[in-house]
Amino acid sequence: MHVAVIEENSVRAAILVDGLREAGITSVEVISSTDGLLRRLTAVDPDVIIIGLENPRRDVLEQMFQVSKVVSRPVAMFVDHTDTDMIAAAIDAGVSAYVVDGLRKDRVKPIVETAISRFNAFDRLQRELDAARSELAGRKVIERAKGILMKTRQVSEEEAYELLRRAAMNDKRKVADIAQSVVTAASLLEK
Amino acid sequence: MLSTEAEPSTPAGLDAGPVALRHNRRHAHVVRAGFIPLIDVAVLVAAAEQGFADREGIRLELIRDVSWSNIRDRLAFRQFDVAHALGPMPIASQLGIGSNPYPSFTPFALGRGGNAITLSVTLYREMAALAGLSGTEDALTNARALKSLIDRRQASGRKPLVFGMTYPFSSHNYEFRFWMAAGGIDPDRDVLMTVVPPPFTADAMAAGAIDGFCVNAPWNLIAVERGVGRVVATKRDIWPSSPEKVLAVRPDWAEANGETLSRLLVALDAAARWCDAPENVGDLAEMLADPAHVGVPADLFRSLLRGRFVVDPDGTSREIPDYLVFHGDLANFPWLSQARWVYSQMIRWGQASFSQEGLARVEAAYRPDLYRAALGGSATPIPLGESKPEGSVAGHSVSTRKGETRLSPDPFIDGRTFDPEAIPEYLAGFDIKRSGALGPVSE
Repeated sequence: MHVAVIEENSVRAAILVDGLREAGITSVEVISSTDGLLRRLTAVDPDVIIIGLENPRRDVLEQMFQVSKVVSRPVAMFVDHTDTDMIAAAIDAGVSAYVVDGLRKDRVKPIVETAISRFNAFDRLQRELDAARSELAGRKVIERAKGILMKTRQVSEEEAYELLRRAAMNDKRKVADIAQSVVTAASLLEK
Repeated sequence: MLSTEAEPSTPAGLDAGPVALRHNRRHAHVVRAGFIPLIDVAVLVAAAEQGFADREGIRLELIRDVSWSNIRDRLAFRQFDVAHALGPMPIASQLGIGSNPYPSFTPFALGRGGNAITLSVTLYREMAALAGLSGTEDALTNARALKSLIDRRQASGRKPLVFGMTYPFSSHNYEFRFWMAAGGIDPDRDVLMTVVPPPFTADAMAAGAIDGFCVNAPWNLIAVERGVGRVVATKRDIWPSSPEKVLAVRPDWAEANGETLSRLLVALDAAARWCDAPENVGDLAEMLADPAHVGVPADLFRSLLRGRFVVDPDGTSREIPDYLVFHGDLANFPWLSQARWVYSQMIRWGQASFSQEGLARVEAAYRPDLYRAALGGSATPIPLGESKPEGSVAGHSVSTRKGETRLSPDPFIDGRTFDPEAIPEYLAGFDIKRSGALGPVSE
């Protein structure tokens, strides 16, 4: 069983390859460069191709399957229309798979399921990273807002934070959002 | 999604008053629409941004995507309710061809025009020198000049030219092939056809990966602006009525949301009318330029919307009135005859075979009945028929509920006409086609 993974993001590709190895798939080829896609695919001759939905080359790939004389064997999306739950899960996870016609369903299923779970795992990782980044940015803006309040209202650091916290509670917003408003307002008032 | 029971009892027409309007907004039906960044998403953008959807109690959420395959799959698997799609996509889906063909249909075309064929400047200069072109030739002359050049390249054993389009089931694929074949070029034997996503077309040309492409606006102009491309034909030169983008709808969603779909069509009709008005060109260009929509400079859209643009990096420009039509000439009506023309081209190039059963499926893809039901009360003239002869030099006259309407001329580049009742005869008249075109597909 040969699997080709068309993926530009090296971290996601690594996570996926890792997952496929754990599932017992050892022949995995990552195609990251978009040039020579057809040449690479012809060389690898994969049974299953995994490609993320955010990759615009999906349309390119499907055209290659249309012109069957170019690719060695015609390829169809997933296996058939019976497993719509799995296809829906794949679309939700942002992944699509193309499978050589006639390949047994039970052989394909673990590959697609692994791809779905690894795409979801990468997504979680990405979200956590974004959250950590925005928390850091939030902390910085709170520090700046406290500084502005301490200077303009002549209060202590604790009192400045208390002002922000109370305003946030009253408005049902985050302290960081209120802090951002303070910083923006201050910059508008600056000469 | 709210059920139809939650529909406000007052129809949200212009006379509904501010109370009904607020009521609508609070209970707005969310409609998620997928789209690809191209100029012909204009009607959907205007519906969302200019209050046309709002007025019908709809919150239109536009979701940008990167490939037609995604549009098809995300529509099929309920991430979108409706989508900006290529006219041939619902037809392919009903015929069960292509990858993952879950059925969709269209009750509304999103306008016409915008496509163009661009060759690399190097290729154009080579053929201009060979055929003695001055730069003002028409699209057919350009196709014939390309044919002469291809013949010469073949004789001297050079590699075949590589041409890009956007999707196997697209107006671009059929128009590019139609244009080449009109000039005597066999698109499957004389050149290599490949798919290039629209935003990559200029880069691919600059890198020498492709020698030409057919794509919608603004990507042709971007290739010209970068000095790598030369526009040699536009959709208007090939067949002005060729179905371009449509609103694709998922059948089960339409079934459960009939009233919402109907209101959406009313909103789109009003938005399309707004997009056609010359005084709105500036606003529309700004909206399209927004990075959330298409994200290229508004200037480009202004010149495209006005139909005046540069076709060659040397400064040669062309003026094409009605280069883009969003509402006029009954541009939104999903003509069954146009669906049948698309079917004829699918057969011509070996994607489908001709049968009565196939015809029935093709007609399930275009739904003039839904268009008529939704817009019966509007100011838009609604054709009484669902089919017409296509490709008229004089301009076809159509009977509507508001009397006769004369449509603009829409001749085909090869001078032939299309009788929707005579597909086999139409195909028999083409010299260049796949051999299985009239029987079972063999290639």
